[in-house]
Amino acid sequence: MTYDHSVIDSLKKKFGESAFILQKTRDGMPTVYVPQDKIRDILKYLKQEIPKPYKMLYDLTAIDERSRSNRQNLPDADFSVVYHLLSFERNSDIRVKVALKGEYPEVDSIAKVWANADWYEREVYDMFGIKFRGHPNLRRILMPPTWEGHPLRKEHPARATEMGPFRLPDDKQDREQEALQFKPEEWGLKRAHEDADFMFLNLGPQHPGTHGVLRIILQLDGEEIVDAVPDIGFHHRGAEKMAERQSWHTYIPYTDRIDYLGGVMNNFAYVQAVEELAGIRVPDRAKVIRIMLSEFFRIASHLVWYGTFAQDVGQMSPVFYMFNDRERIFEIIGAICGDRMHPNWFRIGGVAQDLPKGWEKLVKDFIDFFPKQLKTYDKLVMKNRIIKARTVGIGCYTTEEAIEWGVTGPGLRATGFEWDFRKKRPYSGYDQFEFDIPIGQNGDCYDRAVVRVEEMRQSLRIIEQCVNIMPEGPYKSDHPITTPPRKERTMKDIETLINHFVNVSWGPVIPAGEAFFGIEATKGNNGYYLVSDGGTTSYRTRVRTPSFPHIQMVPYISRGHTIADLLAILATIDYVLADVDR
Amino acid sequence: MSDTLYYLLIIVGVLVVMLTIAALLIWYERRMLALWQDRYGPNRVGPFGLMQVMADMVKIFFKEDWIAPFADKWVFIFAPTIIVVAVLLGFAVVPFAPGIVVADMNIGLLYFLAMSSLGAYSILLGGISSNNKYSLLGSLRGAAQVISYEVFMGISLMGVVILSDSFSLVKIVEAQKNMWFVIPQFIGFVIFFIAGVAETHRAPFDLPEAESELVAGFHSEYSGMKFGMFFVGEYLGITLISAMIATFFFGGWLGPSFLPPVVWFFIKTFAFITLFILLRASLPRPRYDQLMSLGWKILLPLSLVNLLVTAAIKLAIGG
Repeated sequence: MTYDHSVIDSLKKKFGESAFILQKTRDGMPTVYVPQDKIRDILKYLKQEIPKPYKMLYDLTAIDERSRSNRQNLPDADFSVVYHLLSFERNSDIRVKVALKGEYPEVDSIAKVWANADWYEREVYDMFGIKFRGHPNLRRILMPPTWEGHPLRKEHPARATEMGPFRLPDDKQDREQEALQFKPEEWGLKRAHEDADFMFLNLGPQHPGTHGVLRIILQLDGEEIVDAVPDIGFHHRGAEKMAERQSWHTYIPYTDRIDYLGGVMNNFAYVQAVEELAGIRVPDRAKVIRIMLSEFFRIASHLVWYGTFAQDVGQMSPVFYMFNDRERIFEIIGAICGDRMHPNWFRIGGVAQDLPKGWEKLVKDFIDFFPKQLKTYDKLVMKNRIIKARTVGIGCYTTEEAIEWGVTGPGLRATGFEWDFRKKRPYSGYDQFEFDIPIGQNGDCYDRAVVRVEEMRQSLRIIEQCVNIMPEGPYKSDHPITTPPRKERTMKDIETLINHFVNVSWGPVIPAGEAFFGIEATKGNNGYYLVSDGGTTSYRTRVRTPSFPHIQMVPYISRGHTIADLLAILATIDYVLADVDR
Repeated sequence: MSDTLYYLLIIVGVLVVMLTIAALLIWYERRMLALWQDRYGPNRVGPFGLMQVMADMVKIFFKEDWIAPFADKWVFIFAPTIIVVAVLLGFAVVPFAPGIVVADMNIGLLYFLAMSSLGAYSILLGGISSNNKYSLLGSLRGAAQVISYEVFMGISLMGVVILSDSFSLVKIVEAQKNMWFVIPQFIGFVIFFIAGVAETHRAPFDLPEAESELVAGFHSEYSGMKFGMFFVGEYLGITLISAMIATFFFGGWLGPSFLPPVVWFFIKTFAFITLFILLRASLPRPRYDQLMSLGWKILLPLSLVNLLVTAAIKLAIGG
């Protein structure tokens, strides 16, 4: 992936040469430090004025810089806030950073520039304690409101054993429960309008329609939704904090569990980011194996979505058929990887093992079997008139709105905008495959469903081509950082033996630097932004997940609809709570 | 044998048979759904899993009889009984076979309609007394649904009344000796069937409980035997509506003489019960307002037209 660097010249022309400090990163993405008093103007310029603008706020995060040692010529900072913007017209990204000094620094909020900055800034505040001036409602988002400290700061303990024993006396329990009480005033909601009180309905965190621990508080007028406030964080497990303790290699299984329906699809984004940092070139066979398994997981994930979608609009049976089909996929994945949902199969520099004997037959059987099933499901679900009545015209948004809110994946394509990383930024050799990018037209619930159903067919096409072109050769790279290195040579030459020993006992040492890698995952763009300080663990791991901005959009698209519609909207967004909360 | 004893026998017989059927239906539905959904269903307890019903009964009787502290206690206890009592009373006019009927009233049809609509109170009171927002929404939906579907449920049956010149269910069955009413009253049958599904709150018209939306709707707060009453009431309701479809449109006990009339009656009833279950297995749930507009804008006018045309033809031919 080569990025468009001309944006730096435009910036310099507009704001003056001296305002910017360039940083060289391993992924080659243009990265600039800008002065903090100008950040809002610069981002506004990038979004609105520059030719071929950067329309999407792809990610917003921060780095605690206080204990970072490899700071080659970078501005002195205690914290830096990182804005990752994406331009569709340029097909390029830019990373804008602000260096901040002080224990609990402040920076201007950009919540008025991008709608989806709201939650991202809350997350940064929650995790780092950085305050955003002018943010409409800066409060914790992932951690409970009673939490002390900000977890991603370096001084915050990472393990329970560093924190002293946990106790929950009665008065503390009362305080915690009191904190969960929803107070409409805190969210700027009225309790009543002229002639009637609103009803506030607490939907979740335990509700059969939310597919996990998601809580949405609905402000209802009868059954009509006036406003909604999603409350997330119940599934937060500190995946980003864990990355700072695990070695680069032992973090791979944690990624499996972020989008827990995506399996190796999560590994895919992570290992590619690490490989970018380390400069590893992956052999062709490993690339194709990776693509094949990822596409299997795309189908598996979409099948879960398909069944639960039907279930959420009240159709009882499809979920059983689809889980049966998913079971067939898991049999293949189990045969190849040895595990089903979370195979933890990709490795830095390749995959864990070569394909087993007879894998072609398993895969081919599935390729023959599956299209018939999809046809049946079309009749059963997609052509059903009640399903259409429940989903057509519900939860609509336009392409502009989708970009404004940071929507990616099928949700973006359903608006009629053809954007898929596999086509636009082909990674791991996706350019050698023939497949179409299905798009919708109206961006409503039905179109989102149509896009996903069609994607399963396209994934099947890719898998079929994988079987046909599967190259011979090694399944792991020769690179010394490949972890664990290829076993067959360890006992034969001392170099590999040392690498093996070091990489297995310490974990690989990745050269200092920064890299981002984004892929087209099952639910949208999943990306890993890794900062290495030249050690065996990551200095900062940022997981950019698709579900987080998608859930943020729920209130915007569900206002004026009924509770039943909300469930249809949630069903077609296709989120996973672990993917929202990490 | 004295008349009183005979009637007592019939009353007890109907009660026992109906409650047994309702209990067995739980097993039957689970097995049928499983069959259509590529799985086994309950097959471990007893032959074919039949004793699952007993196991469930034992479990439900021994469950803690919990009453939500925020609920309106007496109404909360009283509500589930209404549906069971009302539906069981409805069976009083069902003619199972010649001579096997608890009460052959000359207003049997109206009595059935009255009893089946009483069940709505169960949902309404159960939902409101629970003092839970989901239950409240469920009972609101339930009340609106019953009120709107009640109207043309009655009207759709008037064609049958015109053709048989009677409100008595026995007479209605006897009037079908030559031709089942499903043929001249096909529209009436379809409308009555749809209204019957709505009346019993079965999928796809299970909006008052709508699991994926309202958790369990009007009976979210119920557990133990009080929940069991709602459950049994639902299955009794399905049986009653199926029995009524058989009676009004498919000639009740009538059938070729190689089987006794009561067997014919139950075969027909079970066919419709199975249809109810198949509907649940296959259809998604429409939205509340879509259900209402289907009722008021399509089914109501259609049933009125059906009534007018039937009456006109009867006038022209029979005079």
